[in-house]
Amino acid sequence: MRHVITLLVENEFGVLTRIAGLFSGRGFNIESLCVAETLDPTVSTMTIVTRGDDQILEQVLKQLNKLISVIKVVDLIEKDFVEREMVLVKVTATSETREEILRVVDIFRGKVVDVGAKTYTIEVTGDEKKINALLSLLKPLGVKELVRTGRVAMIRGSKITTEPGS
Amino acid sequence: MKKTGSQIIVESLKKEGVETIFNYPGGAVLPLFDELQSAPFKQVLVRHEQAAVHAADGYSRATGRVGVVIVTSGPGATNTVTGIATAFMDSVPMVIITGQVPTLLIGNDAFQEADIIGITRPCTKHNYLVKDVKDLARTIKEAFYVARSGRPGPVLIDLPKDVQAESAEFKYPEKVSIRGYQPTYEGHVGQIQRAVKLVMKSKKPVLYVGGGIISSNASKELTLFAEKLGIPVTMTLMGLGSIPGNNPLSLGMLGMHGTYWANMAVMESDLLIAIGSRFDDRVTGKIEAFAPQAKIIHIDIDPTSISKNVRVDLPIVGDCKHVLSKILSFLEEEDVGTFRAGLEKWHHQIDKFRAVHSMNYEQREIIKPQYVIEKIFELTKGDAIISTEVGQNQMWTAQYFPFLRPRTLLTSGGLGTMGYGFPAAMGAQVAFPNKLVIDISGDGSFQMNSQELATVVQYRLPVKVAILNNGYLGMVRQWQEFFYGKRYASVSLEGISPDFVKLAEAYGAVGLRATKPEDVVPTLKKAFSTPEPVIIDFEIDPEENVYPMVPAGEPLNQMRLV
Ligand SMILES: Cc1ncc(C[n+]2csc(CCOP(=O)(O)OP(=O)(O)O)c2C)c(N)n1
Ligand SMILES: [Mg+2]
Repeated sequence: MRHVITLLVENEFGVLTRIAGLFSGRGFNIESLCVAETLDPTVSTMTIVTRGDDQILEQVLKQLNKLISVIKVVDLIEKDFVEREMVLVKVTATSETREEILRVVDIFRGKVVDVGAKTYTIEVTGDEKKINALLSLLKPLGVKELVRTGRVAMIRGSKITTEPGS
Repeated sequence: MKKTGSQIIVESLKKEGVETIFNYPGGAVLPLFDELQSAPFKQVLVRHEQAAVHAADGYSRATGRVGVVIVTSGPGATNTVTGIATAFMDSVPMVIITGQVPTLLIGNDAFQEADIIGITRPCTKHNYLVKDVKDLARTIKEAFYVARSGRPGPVLIDLPKDVQAESAEFKYPEKVSIRGYQPTYEGHVGQIQRAVKLVMKSKKPVLYVGGGIISSNASKELTLFAEKLGIPVTMTLMGLGSIPGNNPLSLGMLGMHGTYWANMAVMESDLLIAIGSRFDDRVTGKIEAFAPQAKIIHIDIDPTSISKNVRVDLPIVGDCKHVLSKILSFLEEEDVGTFRAGLEKWHHQIDKFRAVHSMNYEQREIIKPQYVIEKIFELTKGDAIISTEVGQNQMWTAQYFPFLRPRTLLTSGGLGTMGYGFPAAMGAQVAFPNKLVIDISGDGSFQMNSQELATVVQYRLPVKVAILNNGYLGMVRQWQEFFYGKRYASVSLEGISPDFVKLAEAYGAVGLRATKPEDVVPTLKKAFSTPEPVIIDFEIDPEENVYPMVPAGEPLNQMRLV
């Protein structure tokens, strides 16, 4: 099953390796990982997307909690949450495809952020479904390169994830 | 007042109440050793860094205090890894300080540089690289706190050489606050009450206890609980001594080489009360067939231990001692008399299991290892600290020495590290100079840290080493005999081990040998009355096996008895 895990961790060196080690040690692949500072500069959030057997994942969550540098662990999949990712896509733009590309970008509320002689670089933000749909439309037009930020996620409503110790 | 990093370490260790340090010097810790030279600690210079860690580990297990080790960078640090992993698996509190190359050289493949933080990340409870002398005092405070609190474990501090020499204002923090680390000591009261109800409803309960009882000093509470209700107790290797081995309620050890009655009782039980134990594969055998009729209560301070291997009906996260005390207080309101009466049938059934002779050996002209261990128990009346190596020697000790008190058995349970016992005994002897400390050893294992003979002689540590010399890496030979058609591969040490008597003498220790059963008692008596370290070479039956045995992966009631 797919899991989206949000972690609050101490903003210090070595933390990422400790966390990654718990996944790799059990043969778990991390599908995406995003790390950045929170409002409190001594704390970082990590958003990890992974897939795996629920029982093993429960053990991983407990192990994450056990790490001294980890302040909080939430498996968002049990909650109602929003999830976003940004992609940059470089597509081949010829006289025949230019218009089609612009139309797709428009439908997905994206932006062309760079125009080259034979390429457009497009920026789009959305959840997994939207990004995948966009890519399936762009691929036949000639995607040269793709960079994704990895997913970030947040609980809906007035609840907050980043409250340590709750 | 300003102090150098090295002075800060010495002052901080004093604040932590450290009395003894096991150490080995080198280039990257020269500033620190310069300061240690006049520091008020007992310092034991070992002959190999692995032994320093095992010695600190033995010191810690015997006393309950945090063991302390200081070594240099690179090879000094990497030599500690087996010791650290051993302590980690058995939850032994320890602080290891390793020197590191100067901060500016880190990552440059500098001389004697090793990424010990990276190497020990998976085998320490936590580790720290101190890059700024201003962080040093707080780091040491945290390291000791993390090592001894919660589920204890080893913590490593990596200390670059320049940080040892730089100065900072020294103020030792009063308190520790780590927002990501708040161990739960008090169990959930509702869960504890439910547990008591479950216990009172059971007809065939068994207490299955492990090292958590020892590390939380809960032996007294456990014994009270068991005796109050008349519940039989089986112990893991790490839990031996939790309840006196000669207590009528003790079933001895369970698992692969456990007693017949302990394993049968577990398999027949309707309620398993697991306290400070973790359902290790050596204990459960085939996990799907483990205690099939039992409901399981699991009390442990480490939430990751709970429901890891088996489904648990009633988990309680908390310190064994706290939770047991709570249970005892709730028992005040229960009808204990009726409950005890209801267990009569169960005790009767267990007595029948006990009547099956599963632990017996035939004494012939050749010394049997079990006999040696029984005699060690008789002569010491159990009043000794016993360490073991790994292999048959370890299992025979667990089976034939009924440990009477907690912290009297030092053995590498989780990692199974050969070479652990002798340095661990040395560490325990440093803590208790007047106690009888005996390493029950094997001819193979002893050679993994025999260099420490020099240390025990130097510091006049009268450790006794009883080598059960079967001329084999016996436990591996036993498996090859049982499961690989007696094709013995790389297990014979016959005729190629050193003369252990002469080896002892070469180091200035006393060497004794016993070759016949009638020699055993006089030789032991002589050893125990010798004020120096003694190595005894017991020539034992080379192909004696450890019975009973549950082959790996089989259910616990599939025991080979002879
Ligand atoms: C460091 C290490 N290497 C290898 C092993 C695997 N091993 C387990 S028991 C054993 C044989 C031990 O021989 P000995 O010390 O003579 O004890 P015996 O079983 O003969 O009593 C070996 C090699 C181990 N446990 N530890
Ligand atoms: Mg042997």
